[in-house]
Amino acid sequence: MSDTTTTRPSSAVTHAVRLGVRRGGIEMMHSLTNRADQIWIVVMNGIFVGVLVLQRNSDLAGTGFSLAVATLPGLIGMNVVMGGWMGTAQMLAVEREDGTLLRAKSTPHGMLAYLVARVTLAVLNTALGLVIFLVAGLFLLPGLTDVPLSGWLMLLAVFLLGMLATMPWGAVVGASVKSAGAGFGLTFLPMIALIAISGIFYPITGMPDWLHPVAQAFPVYWLGAGMRDALLPDAAAAAELGGQFHTLTTFGVLGAYAALGLLVAPRVLRAMARKESGSAVESRKAKAMQGWG
Amino acid sequence: MPVPHDSSPSGPSPVIAVNDLRMSYGDHVVLDGVSFTARPGEVLALLGPNGAGKSTTIEILEGFRHRSDGDVTVLGVDPADADETWRARLGIVQQSWRDHGRWRVRQLLTHLGAYYAPFSTPSRPRPMDVDELLATVGLTEHADQKAGALSGGQRRRLDVAIGIVGRPDLLFLDEPTTGFDPQARRDFHDVVHRLADLEGTTILLTTHDLDEAEKLADRILILAGGRIVADGSAAELSREVEGRTEVRWSRDGEYYVHAAADATRFVRELFEQHGDAIGDLEVRRRTLEDSYMTLVQRFESDPSTEARTLEAVR
Repeated sequence: MSDTTTTRPSSAVTHAVRLGVRRGGIEMMHSLTNRADQIWIVVMNGIFVGVLVLQRNSDLAGTGFSLAVATLPGLIGMNVVMGGWMGTAQMLAVEREDGTLLRAKSTPHGMLAYLVARVTLAVLNTALGLVIFLVAGLFLLPGLTDVPLSGWLMLLAVFLLGMLATMPWGAVVGASVKSAGAGFGLTFLPMIALIAISGIFYPITGMPDWLHPVAQAFPVYWLGAGMRDALLPDAAAAAELGGQFHTLTTFGVLGAYAALGLLVAPRVLRAMARKESGSAVESRKAKAMQGWG
Repeated sequence: MPVPHDSSPSGPSPVIAVNDLRMSYGDHVVLDGVSFTARPGEVLALLGPNGAGKSTTIEILEGFRHRSDGDVTVLGVDPADADETWRARLGIVQQSWRDHGRWRVRQLLTHLGAYYAPFSTPSRPRPMDVDELLATVGLTEHADQKAGALSGGQRRRLDVAIGIVGRPDLLFLDEPTTGFDPQARRDFHDVVHRLADLEGTTILLTTHDLDEAEKLADRILILAGGRIVADGSAAELSREVEGRTEVRWSRDGEYYVHAAADATRFVRELFEQHGDAIGDLEVRRRTLEDSYMTLVQRFESDPSTEARTLEAVR
């Protein structure tokens, strides 16, 4: 009983981070081999690719480009918000309810590994969407092969910064909601509304002027704009607000969301983790059962 | 590796030491001065009516809940400021877990076991061998099944396996055999005995099954109204309630029942008086259930009485 472990704390931490990455990978495999997930991935992405097909011959606000050329980067940006914000919030809400989080808390360095796994899975999921859209784009939109290296680098930068800007806020929502159902409602509906006003499927210039600042207050718009900036030729900027790409503002807004999120999320997550206990999971389960009954 | 049971009066330092533990939410007092200890390798059963504060007590010991007042030491550390090395020495089996439904049994045990590897010591290698563990809890043939597809009893066995995969020094079991069939229950009792005897694991379990408590526990704690109203072995508990043992017999075709304070003496006198006329003799010692009901009812009828623990009896 008097054993004292001689483990250096730092090595246990590195070990847990490695386990978290492995965990995220395993969860990704579970998702890819799960029938319901497969259907969701095929149907959702099928719809979006279908939109690209339909828009192929429409004109982008008199620029001479096809509307699909602007929608593809918009989709890639939207996909980041879905994976980073909505995905993280829902996963956290569900896993608080089913006890996964309590399990993590009961395991040495389990919480750290859990968070690493959440980030890993969100990035993998979002990257999967990115690849699907890019492959579809290569077939549907010949212009994509002309994107210079700098464009691809910017896409990567906006992708990573976008994940940083959205995941912490997803975690805040997931940690705050009372049930998994609320987690879905609180993220999915605002998502749809923001996508509708942020010029993802149709140039924002077609929206009423008063909606522009509303859209610009949220990362959805800036992720779409950033991806268009990365992938579209300069001439396509005519369809943007003010007729130009706002590269600096894009990075500024996303960076601000990321910085603030990384400041707030750890506190909210710590408070949530402190409160997690067997009876908390029990009472949530009881409420969920009532909801079904 | 067996832990030598130190029987010297001072004994080894306790695994759990709770002194005057208090917990209240606003005006609502849940724990009102709970005190008890657990020695290494001891199996303790915590009994009590619903709402008596069992879960709250366990959650405080697990480090999941902050107490209002009192001293608590678990494995030599205050759970309120314990670290991950301390956490690695605990095993926890909660009441109902539905997590990791997509994971396969072996995959999950292997993954969760890996967290304990940095905390392995020569005398307590961590984690346990997964194949051995699967055999121990009887899940070998379900090793490749998804956790979400297991039956209630199988799922519970998986939870127990996860609870002990890190070869804990101290194991918390919250109503571990709910939903077990008799065979599974017996197998589980074997697992508990093996852990306590061979691994020296200290075990604190809650249960509503008094028969189970009697079979498994070295010592039984009864929690009622936020206090420990009894603390002792099942035998000590029945003595504590000034046990009247039920004696039944027949004489000349008539049947009699008597509640005797000293059954042995009563029966001796019975035979001295009536000799061969006595038939159908039956002496039924109080069960733990009888003691439990008496103790809880005694407390509920007059909660103001100072709780009498069995320390004096021992």
